[in-house]
Amino acid sequence: MNSLAFIRSDRGGHIFLGLLAAVTLVVPVLSLMVPETSALHLSSYTVTLVGKYLCFALLALALDLVWGYCGILSLGHGAFFALGGYAMGMYLMRQIGDRGVYGNPELPDFMVFLNWKELPWYWFGFDHFWFAMVMVVVVPGLLAFAFGWFAFRSRVTGVYLSIITQALTFALMLAFFRNEMGFGGNNGLTDFKDILGFNLQSDATRATIFVLSALALGLGYIACRYIVSSKLGRVVTAIRDAESRTRFIGYQVDNYKLWIFTFSAMLAGIAGALYVPQVGIINPGEFSPLNSIELVVWVAVGGRATLYGAVLGAFTVNYAKTYFTAALPDVWLFALGALFVIVTMFLPRGLIGLLERIKVRRGAPQLAERKS
Amino acid sequence: MRYIWTALFLLFIGSAGADEPSATNPALDAAALAPLASDDFDEKGRAIDAIAATGDAHVLPILRSLLDGQLFQRKDDDRFVIAAESDAGYDITDALTSENLGSVGKRDLRKLGLNNSLRSQLETVLARLSLTSPDTSIRLAAVNNMLKNPTEDTTAAIRAALANEKDSAVADAMRTVIAMSDLGGGDPVVRLAAIDILRDSLSPDVKNRLSALLEKTSDGTFTEPDENIRGAAERAVAHIESKVSLYGFAENVFFGLSLGSVLLLSAIGLAITFGVMGVINMAHGELMMLGAYTTYVIQLLMPNHIDASLFVAVPAAFLVAGLVGIAIERGVIRYLYGRPLETLLATFGISLILQQAVRSIFSPLNRSVSTPEWMSGSWQINEIFSLTYNRLYIVLFALIVFVGLLLLLKKTRLGLQVRAVSQNRSMARTMGVRSNWVDALTFGLGSGIAGVAGVALSQLTNVGPNLGQSYIIDSFMVVVFGGVGNLWGTFVGAMSLGVVNKFLEPFSGAVLAKILVLVFLILFIQKRPRGLFPQKGRAVEG
Repeated sequence: MNSLAFIRSDRGGHIFLGLLAAVTLVVPVLSLMVPETSALHLSSYTVTLVGKYLCFALLALALDLVWGYCGILSLGHGAFFALGGYAMGMYLMRQIGDRGVYGNPELPDFMVFLNWKELPWYWFGFDHFWFAMVMVVVVPGLLAFAFGWFAFRSRVTGVYLSIITQALTFALMLAFFRNEMGFGGNNGLTDFKDILGFNLQSDATRATIFVLSALALGLGYIACRYIVSSKLGRVVTAIRDAESRTRFIGYQVDNYKLWIFTFSAMLAGIAGALYVPQVGIINPGEFSPLNSIELVVWVAVGGRATLYGAVLGAFTVNYAKTYFTAALPDVWLFALGALFVIVTMFLPRGLIGLLERIKVRRGAPQLAERKS
Repeated sequence: MRYIWTALFLLFIGSAGADEPSATNPALDAAALAPLASDDFDEKGRAIDAIAATGDAHVLPILRSLLDGQLFQRKDDDRFVIAAESDAGYDITDALTSENLGSVGKRDLRKLGLNNSLRSQLETVLARLSLTSPDTSIRLAAVNNMLKNPTEDTTAAIRAALANEKDSAVADAMRTVIAMSDLGGGDPVVRLAAIDILRDSLSPDVKNRLSALLEKTSDGTFTEPDENIRGAAERAVAHIESKVSLYGFAENVFFGLSLGSVLLLSAIGLAITFGVMGVINMAHGELMMLGAYTTYVIQLLMPNHIDASLFVAVPAAFLVAGLVGIAIERGVIRYLYGRPLETLLATFGISLILQQAVRSIFSPLNRSVSTPEWMSGSWQINEIFSLTYNRLYIVLFALIVFVGLLLLLKKTRLGLQVRAVSQNRSMARTMGVRSNWVDALTFGLGSGIAGVAGVALSQLTNVGPNLGQSYIIDSFMVVVFGGVGNLWGTFVGAMSLGVVNKFLEPFSGAVLAKILVLVFLILFIQKRPRGLFPQKGRAVEG
């Protein structure tokens, strides 16, 4: 067995990675090379939309890692996503320089508006791209580490953990809504101009960020697959299924959970950082508990503990959301609510589980055997 | 202002010298009013005095509306009417009988002219009348008004009125005004006595006046040369300040308790469903929202009986929310027992559906629920301390619901069965308890209480589709903080969180206080994952 065995046996992963590669190649070509008059041309709106889905998929992947494999239902993963987004947003904000409405070279517009005299200390360093990129993973990672260190050590589990993660993101939302925090308050950070000198509005930049998001998703998938197939992954799965027993066997359960939780938070941070330049805004609404819980539904709809299921769920639910909120805005919340109920009651293994069941009925015995 | 008080004083001297008018009280009738329509201002002046002397109950409104330009004469029959402007013209009532005479146009009325000297005469007469008015609250308001601007003349007027004053509160206020005036005098004994009286007053005017004695001028000497007076004033100010801070503390505690009661109401239903049954119901907030909307609908159905509407709304909201709760339990939750995370997700889905349903039926805008008469206003304990009735009633209501629920769980057969099922389901079933039925009823009970909480919330906040969401996290925090499965824990948790929140607010602002409380709770749960009062014994393992 060589070191790539983990990915060879992953048939769902093959399909997913293949599709992802195809999308990564086709979308920029259709957007940049095909003339606008052609029917095959993709507008920058579509590119951004699919790019957004890619970021959501990465976020769903991060949640699937902790929820599907470790049994930690985090209702606060949106907070890590938003923190990564804010780190990126702060870099983009500094890039505006003196092109803001007030033309102040040092301070972002909202600080001028609030009569601030100088940049708060936590904004220093964000004019460097590398520093901001480090912060994108470090800030969510540190928060997750500190939070998890307290929570797992004192054995807060199950629904209690879910509720305090929800309280965490709720508290962060309230905090970021405050103007005094220095993150733009209600309006958040917006009006970005360019990234590393490239204009954010141009099709080429959009396509590049799109490709980067796809790459991040692909690499994130491979990393997660590697983790869950490794020995560490097996211990983590054991924790999900029988936490006390794993502890009694002699594993440091808290450390494993802490590690996987922090890693997942970092992935979520990266997803947020890629999301912000594409949508062009980050505001405290991203911290709202509803966002985090919607994210749980993506994973649940796709199918837990499969990784590619999370990606599938993120795409399906978000496409449905885009469609419904435009076509039938009143129906969307009904549909989302019904989705929660139907998935938990009738599709405990999500769409992937459904597909597998259909396959088994059609007579694919090898899959059925593998399952049992 | 000054000339008014002077005039008032002169008038008092005048009336004190003359015979009491009560001896020859002329009746207040149309004849007495007639000179008001005269063109001669002197004659009008005499008429005003004559009207004031009658002592009739209608005098105050008549003179007040004359001063405000709302007293007219109807051209048809020369009747004196009080008019209020309306869309159609003027709504008029008879000045002498208060009989409603319907609505007329502007041209049907004759205006009664006034000049400046008549206006000041009217103001004087009105002030005097209110100081001797039989209504205690009018007298008290007049005295308190004079406290803001005490002069020699007003003090003299008050001194005269004090002798006949029977009501102790008004008399105290009068003494305060006199003492304020004495403080400005020359005799140190009188001034010390005045300070002694003033130290028991809580009015900010008094405190400012006393603090002024302690100030220094720009060259470092005290404005007040007498050291004894300064010492007394200093002690009096300290006394007043300690009292003010005591009442401020009491007010904070009260606000905290009222916030705690709201938390208790919203969390107590959750304490049943989450605490006793172990079901995470994320739709709990939406059940509260249903209760609030039930209140709104009830008020729509009985618009003429707003005062009684809440008494109908409480049972109605209990039924509506309880039935919806039972439907949720029978339809969804019972298939998910033992899978808490799935229950959480499914009930969250239900909460979205309920929210959108309300949005589709009642529109996404906030609906206004009116407050009954008996709940508005406040209970004024003294000048700086008052309790608003709506908060007071909510504290009472929360206590009643809490005690009722406690009794229900401890003393009734249903309560016994609920506790049996929650402690050991299979054993309870062996003993013949229909556990399915108990589950449904328990969930219905918890949901119904959420609905009742919604009725209370409708009196405090806006009723809108997002009403529930804003309370759900707080409610969970309360239950988790207090200890799952323990109603007393919920009670202590809610009240202490409410009080802590209100005490943090002045230092940190409302939002930061909330954040601090959340952070505290997150840390607290780390330390004591099972809350303040954890369940003991075998039930813990379940």
